[in-house]
Amino acid sequence: MEKKDKDKDKGYNRRSFINNGVRLALGVSVVGTAAFTLQRSASGKDYVWQIDPFKCTQCGRCATECVKAESAVKCVHAYALCGYCDLCGGYFKPGAKLQTGAENQLCPTAAIQRKFIEEPYFEYIIDEELCIGCAKCVKGCSAFGNGSLHLQIRHDLCLNCNQCSIATNCPSDAISRVPASEPYIIKGNFTTEEES
Amino acid sequence: MLKKIPNLALILILFALLTGSFLQAQQRFPKPEFDTGYVQPDPTTPEPRAMALEYFDVLVLLAVLSLASWLAVKKRSRRGLLWLSVFSLIYFGFYRDGCICSIGAIQNVALSIFDPGYAISITALLFFILPLLFALFFGRTFCAAACPLGAIQDLVVINPVSIPSWIRKTLGFIPVIYLALSVLFAATGSDFIICRYDPFVGIFRMDGPFLMIFLGITFLLLGMFYARPYCRVFCPYGVLLSWMSKFSKWHLSITPSECIKCKLCKDSCPFDAIEVPVEQAYRTPEVSRKNLKRFILYIGLIPVLILLGGWIGSKSHIFLSRVHPDVYLAELMISQPELKEDEENLDIQAFLESGDTFEQLVDQAAVIREKFRKGSLVMGGFIGLALGITLMNQVVFRRREDYEPHKGDCFSCGRCMDYCPIDSQKSKGESQKLNVESLKLKVENQKSVKSKG
Repeated sequence: MEKKDKDKDKGYNRRSFINNGVRLALGVSVVGTAAFTLQRSASGKDYVWQIDPFKCTQCGRCATECVKAESAVKCVHAYALCGYCDLCGGYFKPGAKLQTGAENQLCPTAAIQRKFIEEPYFEYIIDEELCIGCAKCVKGCSAFGNGSLHLQIRHDLCLNCNQCSIATNCPSDAISRVPASEPYIIKGNFTTEEES
Repeated sequence: MLKKIPNLALILILFALLTGSFLQAQQRFPKPEFDTGYVQPDPTTPEPRAMALEYFDVLVLLAVLSLASWLAVKKRSRRGLLWLSVFSLIYFGFYRDGCICSIGAIQNVALSIFDPGYAISITALLFFILPLLFALFFGRTFCAAACPLGAIQDLVVINPVSIPSWIRKTLGFIPVIYLALSVLFAATGSDFIICRYDPFVGIFRMDGPFLMIFLGITFLLLGMFYARPYCRVFCPYGVLLSWMSKFSKWHLSITPSECIKCKLCKDSCPFDAIEVPVEQAYRTPEVSRKNLKRFILYIGLIPVLILLGGWIGSKSHIFLSRVHPDVYLAELMISQPELKEDEENLDIQAFLESGDTFEQLVDQAAVIREKFRKGSLVMGGFIGLALGITLMNQVVFRRREDYEPHKGDCFSCGRCMDYCPIDSQKSKGESQKLNVESLKLKVENQKSVKSKG
């Protein structure tokens, strides 16, 4: 009986020794991995997802690929770049009458409001409640106008997923992580363009 | 107005030459000059969620892990763990929309190890290491109360069925393959498959693609009978936690003092994670010799399995590399050159517009494929090694006299603690000893009655 107890103790001592050793090794490897990645990433800054409007090819996937049923991507109007044209390539369908009827509008949800400012200038305002991020207006504006309409990820809507599901499906690699301190790339802000 | 246009064009050309971006800045129309003094508005830029709140998430995780470990190991309260898991489900699941989570953080760590250009956020890193470190000391208390995916499945366990050991062990090997694949795809920068096929994130957000919601509901329905299906059959983080937990210093114990082998706990575990005592009968010389032979055979098999896994891995690297969009695109354009004319194919049209040459794309794809060749080799070897060790563990019988939780598989949910008849209130003192003696007698009596009958 006594011998058995001794054996048992011996067994347990050996096992606990192995256990302690392995635990130390595992702990060191976990902390080591953490230290390695941390030293690699150096800055430790926080990042959010954003579309580079200069790379965007207006493929329309932003409207469908976002994990949210209503995409976090919306059209943004860089007013500073806009020509305030009467005949807006982003507002009217090509060849359509210059009337604001829905059949003449490019936007499938009528999310662009056309506001008269003064002769001959009109301002185009995006209603984000209605905008689905389909980029039809962006395509029109880039093709016929100054390209002041462009897509941006709206951070009040974006969930900042670990991996942006639009980014993996973007054909032109336009979506990438940007520092959270500068979460938007607004066109017409030429300082941003020079940096990129 | 017309006069201004040439001027503007000149300025633009100069500007484009300076910045080297002639294609991008096309200012066809001049800036309007408002007579009424109208001032153009600025576009709104709503701020992202404050980063300080992300550090708060880490603090919440730390608090939940500490509390869960205390509840599982020291306080022994199933009820406490249950309510804590409900809190985690609400906070990390429904309030924080299930992102960032420790399971997905594997990929961030893998990517930041292999891609120096990728900067991992401190939050993701801490979400990755904290549960592992806790598992190293207290067992898988993360699974018990901190993981929202675990919590939602734990709540729907209604009528769990016991599964034969060989099926469980075979299914339990899938997470190893899933882990290896997700690390491979993350490290090569192809895709984050854990996030893409996360079954519950759609439910947490009450929004998402059809497949995500469908998977989530399927898993929940299945989980009524096969408890925690995602945790046991898919969760890649569970593999890491299980390794840590196997060597945990303090792990939840079923009984507060001495096990009387009443078997009550065995039926309480919905995950078949309680190990029965290894009886002396299994330890006869013949059985031991047979096991020793098999043990030596399996040890010898490990290098063979590693080589075989590596060979299969490197054979499949071409297939696996197609997950990367660049490789996929290059292959598509080589195999079907006529698609270049296809206006509908967005990927090819976007590539043609980008101005990169076809050779650049092919070179890029070749570099990625080379990464996949190395990665798949290592991945296959790793899977082979894991398979070998799993096989080897089948014939290692440790002396076990009591009913104990399987430290690797146990989620520390604490159901078994409630079923143990040993009164934890009086776990110290003389009365407990008497209690144990009387219970032992009772069980002995039952056994003798059975054997007589």
